[in-house]
This record gives sequence, structure tokens and C-alpha cells, in this order.
Amino acid sequence: MKKYETVIGLEVHIELATESKIFCSCSAKFGGEQNDHVCPACCGMPGMLPIVNKHVVDLGMTAGLMLNCDINRVTTFDKKSYYYPDLPCSYQTTQWFSPVAVNGYVPIETSKGKKNIRIKQIHMEEDAGKLVHDDWTDTTLVDFNRTSVPLCEIVSQPDLSSAEEVVAYLEQLRSRLRFAKVSGCRMEQGSMRCDVNLSVREEGSDKLGVRTEMKNMNSISAITRAIEYETARHIDALENGTEELVQETRRWDDIKGKSYAMRNKETAGDYRYFPDPNIMPIVIDDEWFDRIKGTLPELPEVKKERYISELSLSEYDAEQLTQSRALCDCFEAAYEECGQAKEVANWLISDCMNILNKKQMIADDLTIGGKALGQLIKLVLDGKVQRGNGKKILSAMFDEDITDVEQYAKDNNFIVSNDTGAIEAVIKAVVAEDTRSVADYKSGKEKALQALFGKCMRQLKGNCDPQVLRTMLIDIVNKS
Amino acid sequence: MNIYLNKKENAAAGAVALDDLFLTKDMPTTGGSKMLDGYMSLFDAEIVSGLAAAGYEIGGKVNIGEFSIDLMGESSYYGACEKDGKLAYAASEALSEGAGAVMCLDVNGTPRRAAALYGKVFVKPTYGTVSRYGTIAVACSGETVGVMADTAAKCGEVLSAVAGHDDKDGTSLSEAECAKIKNGAEFRKITKIAVAKSICESADDAVKAKLAKFREVMGANGVEFTEVDDTVLALAKTAWNVCMSAELCNNVSRLDGVKYGYRTKNYKTIEELYTNSRTEAFGDLLKTAILFGSDALSTENYMKVYDKSLRIRRVVSERLQEIFADFDAVLMPACGKDSYTMADVKADKYMAFKEALYTAPASLTGMPAVVVGGVQLIGAAFSDQALLDAAAAFEKEAK
Repeated sequence: MKKYETVIGLEVHIELATESKIFCSCSAKFGGEQNDHVCPACCGMPGMLPIVNKHVVDLGMTAGLMLNCDINRVTTFDKKSYYYPDLPCSYQTTQWFSPVAVNGYVPIETSKGKKNIRIKQIHMEEDAGKLVHDDWTDTTLVDFNRTSVPLCEIVSQPDLSSAEEVVAYLEQLRSRLRFAKVSGCRMEQGSMRCDVNLSVREEGSDKLGVRTEMKNMNSISAITRAIEYETARHIDALENGTEELVQETRRWDDIKGKSYAMRNKETAGDYRYFPDPNIMPIVIDDEWFDRIKGTLPELPEVKKERYISELSLSEYDAEQLTQSRALCDCFEAAYEECGQAKEVANWLISDCMNILNKKQMIADDLTIGGKALGQLIKLVLDGKVQRGNGKKILSAMFDEDITDVEQYAKDNNFIVSNDTGAIEAVIKAVVAEDTRSVADYKSGKEKALQALFGKCMRQLKGNCDPQVLRTMLIDIVNKS
Repeated sequence: MNIYLNKKENAAAGAVALDDLFLTKDMPTTGGSKMLDGYMSLFDAEIVSGLAAAGYEIGGKVNIGEFSIDLMGESSYYGACEKDGKLAYAASEALSEGAGAVMCLDVNGTPRRAAALYGKVFVKPTYGTVSRYGTIAVACSGETVGVMADTAAKCGEVLSAVAGHDDKDGTSLSEAECAKIKNGAEFRKITKIAVAKSICESADDAVKAKLAKFREVMGANGVEFTEVDDTVLALAKTAWNVCMSAELCNNVSRLDGVKYGYRTKNYKTIEELYTNSRTEAFGDLLKTAILFGSDALSTENYMKVYDKSLRIRRVVSERLQEIFADFDAVLMPACGKDSYTMADVKADKYMAFKEALYTAPASLTGMPAVVVGGVQLIGAAFSDQALLDAAAAFEKEAK
């Protein structure tokens, strides 16, 4: 058998994390009752004119800069015409002639080493609605909540050659764009999905083979399986003449593990692109460009190296933290407040993540303030709040907005008491009451002391230095 | 005669009428098309609020041709407006019946032609000075909200009430720019007028007589007329027909029978629903324009036809700028003939496209135009008040 190589290019759609839609002020939030987030504009009623949401352009530029692209300083919106019931205007407003970003690249690393994947362009566009089929009445209805939700499409050059590279590339995109708060990139919610263009050719050949496209892939495992299946199908066709390859759009059935040709009707057609006369060309001046450039975050891999080299975190801790911008932001603010990097990392990676997991949330959903976390850690390290109570305060921070942690600890009786008189009074009361444990201890049962210690600690609500309590308890029991 | 599609019977004399491309909450808005028969908008056009704020009463909605791309309103689903065997126009007839002014969306020059034929004044203001929010979009890059009235003064007064920046229209100019076309703004008086030589010569004798009368009256008033080469201006016609048809094709594509408007009873599949609804609801001229526009935007023809038209648009604008360096306005007819009949239109279905020779230069470039005394003056951007002032001077002297 001859040696073959796979040539893959990806078109990745990312939903931009804006509050409102791209051309109207309707909410762009995921979910909601059907047709709740709609207005005459996003329903395609006559008379409405598109007004570009500037934040969409901010995020488009941010995506471009995060992926090393050149930003087109004059960028335009164009209309793409086709009929489909989920497209209320019968055209999609997208960018065809002058997309916001061009000529970028993303570095990836796989078992075969390092490689740059070139980005051809990034363009901004609106999403379409959703068709809902009602089997009971055999009718199809349209939900326009998603219509005009802002997307950006990232088009790569055909630089990818395996499922492994595709996965590495998608993970790079996701990590960078989530870090820059461009998008949540959640495949399960459809905020990241991709079209895979694939062809196979003899190794060393400079001529591309027949290309097929698989649309709307929305999980890493499906993408991997689909690429492996398509590659095998193409090679089989070339090698054994099992079928004639044609340029077409195919649908991946992840349950059957097969791809199917879509009807030609669904894919043919001339989109008749032309510039939207209702949207003036957007001119990105130096001030705007510099403002966006100034908001770009440090790249996750750069951050990770810095956490290891400057803050002496372990490779594991640094890796865990840099999975999420929210964790990093919280970590950095908390570190600035308390100066204890390792301690902050522990609180975040184990305690905070446990709480999030219980709430079925992910690291990006972290909302507690880093400064407050730093204050809390400082109180614990200074012995002002007992560690167990510190965890209780942390838990409360997820449910309410606590900005002054010390005040909160005081208000809720979590401050370690230095009042030896009060401690002594509690010990004496416990010793007077639990005469049996006292007798047991005196007869040599060490465990009995632990029972007394526990009772005292509970009565003191944990707000006591354990060392101090233990010393005083032994002293008082021995004297009794 | 189908003048009003909706008339408020208790409206006072002198109330302002709207043509049926302006959306209103309290009356249907049809665009003259079967497709939107009975369509009720959820909101009012911006100019409807503007008129109300300025104290104008809305007297009703007048008939127009289907999306106002035709010659004289003859393609309306509700029937043409005919008078003495000739095509009349609902807006100018409404004025004759006592309306104070009629707001018309100037899509393809139809209200300008009508004003020229029936002795009314029409102002098509500088593009971007009056909000298009709430107008049924047809040819967005050129259409403007204009005013037809019996006098230039009335046009100026109503225009001042509706001009102004609107955040809901992305092509709306700044408040300071819009203020330049309102009553009270300072302007340079028109003293030198360029005459578009070949375009004027292409008109019939009756139109030529109106041109001569205008030159005579204004000449006596101290205005100088000079004939200029208008070869480039004549190119505007084809370029405009391409731009208008392309944009129209795209804008009316939302009228698909799915969400609102006419839906055929005769369908089994979604494709049949689209095709049959549109086939049954759209008129012939609109279908012709859709086909023409669709073809102009096709991959095969985009560069050859559409892109070239955009280039011509720039060349025509540049030529006008060149003329405005030496002159205050350009004189040309608003239509080629003194009257039109239904038979004319039936004999030549492309007549509305051909007549764009006279209306396309201003539509394509967004320059203001005023029709008075059966002729048309085109001015530089923001010279609207100067054009209306010249029109008022003509009215005074011509009496």
C-alpha cells in the first residue's frame, strides 16, 4: 500500500460572550423560554435596521490578537443570502470582503512535536434560529432565541494532518479564547462547534485530494472518530476503488460511527454575497486598537511558566490554575493580598474546586473575589481564624458577597479568642460536668482528654488556638 | 381612483399623509404589495413620531406601486391611480384633495416624476439626514424619506420636523450634519446652475418647454445657466438599476410566507411554500427586478455587474463633486415625458428602469434634489435649503 497523508482544515464557530445580540438589544443568554429573547429586528420584521454591537467587534479583535492575526483596520459586514426557515431575513449578516482578522497562527504540541497552524481569517457573524419539530401535530416551529447571537468563525489553513493535531489545535483555541473572555467555548452548549474539511493524498504530493466537509461537529470525541473514519474511507476509495470520492458535505452520525453524504439540495446554491448598505464600514482607529491590545491577558502557557519560576508553584499546581482565567485572576489577587502562593493554590485547587463540583459548576464559573480569599487565608495563617472555620467562611463566600472577611468573621463569631479568662471558664464548666472523663484520664486513659478537648472546642465554636486550649485543659484537669 | 389605502375620516384639512412604505401601529402597512396585505406593524416609523412631536396630524396612508419601484404607482396590488386616461399618482392627488403634505420614500424616483408631472414640489433630502427606521427597506443605499407638498416652503417646514440624527438607523448622520438641512440653517444662495446637456436633450418637447421656462424665470432673477458635459451622469441609470435590484432582491427575500404576510394554500414542502407564496403574491415588475438583482449578485456576475456598479457610483459622485466646485446646482428633468398612460407601461415593462436616467444621479449619490415647475435641481450634500430657496424664488416669479 502507498503511504497517504491526511490534509485537514477547520472552520470553528465560537459564540461570543456578549450580553446582547449582534444587531439588536435582545439578550444573548443561553436558554430561556422559546422566543423569549426576540424583537422585530431579530425576527426579520420589516422596517428594522441593524445597529452593530461594539462589544462584538471588541471580542472579534481580541480573538484575532490572541491568535496572532493582523487586524483589518477597516472591516465590513456583508449579506449572505439563502432560504431556510430558521433564518428570518433569508440572509445572514456576516463578513465576506473584509473580515476583522486575517493571517494568524496558533502553536500546537503533539507527540510529533511542535507546529504552527496558520489561521486564514476570523470573521464575525450572526447565528440562526432553531427549528423545533412537534411530532404530536407533525409541525415544525421556529425558535428565534438564537437568531442574531454573535459568533465568530475561525478559518484555519489546511495545516492539520491528524485527529491528534486537530484536538491539540481546538484545545489551544479554547484555552486562548476562554482566557481572553471571548467565549465560554462550551461544546456541550453549542458555544463552540466546528466544520471539518478533509482530504487525503499520497505522501509527498503537492496536489490536494478530493475534499469532503463534515458540518457542526460538537464534541472532541466525535471529531476524533469522524476524522479517523473519513481518513480510512478516503484511503479505501483511493487504494481499492470502493467508491468515487466527490466534493460534498457529509453528516457525521456519532451513534452509528459513520458519515453520510447530505442531499445535494441542502448544500448547493449561490450565496450572492454583497456589502450590507445599512452597516457603514467599521474603522478601527489607533485608540480603539490600543485599548483592546491593552486588555489582552498573558497567555496561559506563559502564566504557567511564571507561576513555576517566580512563585515556586509545582508543575501540577501551575497546570491546574492555568486551566481557567477565573482561577488565575482569583489566584493573582489573593496572592497579592496574602503573599502565600502555595497556600492560595491549595485553597483554590482543592477547596474551591470541591465547592464548585458540588454545585455542578466549572472553574470558569468561580465568582469569589481574589482579594477576599487573600484576606481569609491571611486570617487563617495569622491564627486569627481557626482553619476549620476558614473553610466555613469560604463556603459562605460562594453564596454571598463578602468583601470584608475580618468583619464577617467577627460578626459570625469566627475570630479566635485570646481571652484566657473565657477559655478557663469554659474548661472549668466542662471539667465540673464531665467528671467521668476526668476520672478516666486520671486513671491513665489518654483518649478521655480528647473527649474533654472536643467538648471545650465545640463550646468555644472553634475560636481558640488548639495549643493554648490543650495546655490549659491539662493544667486544669491535673489540678482538679 | 385609489388614492388612500387608509384614510382617517375625522382628520383635519391639511393633515400629513404617508405613503404605504412607512410602518404605522394604527393602520396596516402594505408597501402596495399583496404579500403584505393587512400587515400590522408592532412599531411606528421614526418619522411618524417626529411628525407627531412637531404637532402634525397623520391623515392616512396613500397608495404606491409595489415597493415603489415602478413608474407612477401602477404596479400597486390595490390598483393604479388613473385620471383622464393617464397615470396619476396617489401622493400628488392626495395633495390636490387637501392633504397638507405627503411623506414619500423616494426609492426609484417615483415621487419626483409625479411631482414634475402634476406641478407639485418634492424634496429628496441629502442621504442620511432623515431616519429610515420603520420604513420598509427596498434599496437602502439610495432611498430617502422625502416630502411632497404644494409649495417649497411647506416642503422645507415638514422636512425640518423629520430631519435629525437617529441612533436606530446606522446610516443616520450626526445631529450637527442633519441640522444643516433644517429651516434656519445658513446656506449659500444658488446663482450658478449647470445644465445636464444630453439628459435635458433626451426629454420630449413638453418637458423641454418646462426646462426653458425655468431657465427663463430664474435667468431673469439673476441666475446663470451653463451647459456641462453629463456623459458620466448618464451612467448613473444602469448602475442604479443594478444596485436597486440587487438590494431589493435581498430585502424582499424575508417575505417568504413563513413568518407573516401572504402564504399560499398550495404547498406540501417548504420549497413549495416559498415558491408558491412569492409567485402568487408578487407582481411582474417586482419579479423582474428580483431576477435582475439576483443575477447581478451571482458569483458569475458579481464583479462584472454589481461591483462595477459600485465603481460607477463613485465615478458619478466624483463627477458631481467636480461640477459643484464651479456650480451651485445641476438642472435636469425628473422624467422624460409630459404624461404616461397604462398602455405605455404595458408596451414597455422596463420603462421605470429607463426613466431612471433622470432620477438615478441623485439616488445613486445621495445628493439632495428638489422638483419644482416640472424640473429637477440636484445640489451638493446639505444644500437642501438652498435648493428649496431657489424653488421658492421660482414659484414667486413664475406666478
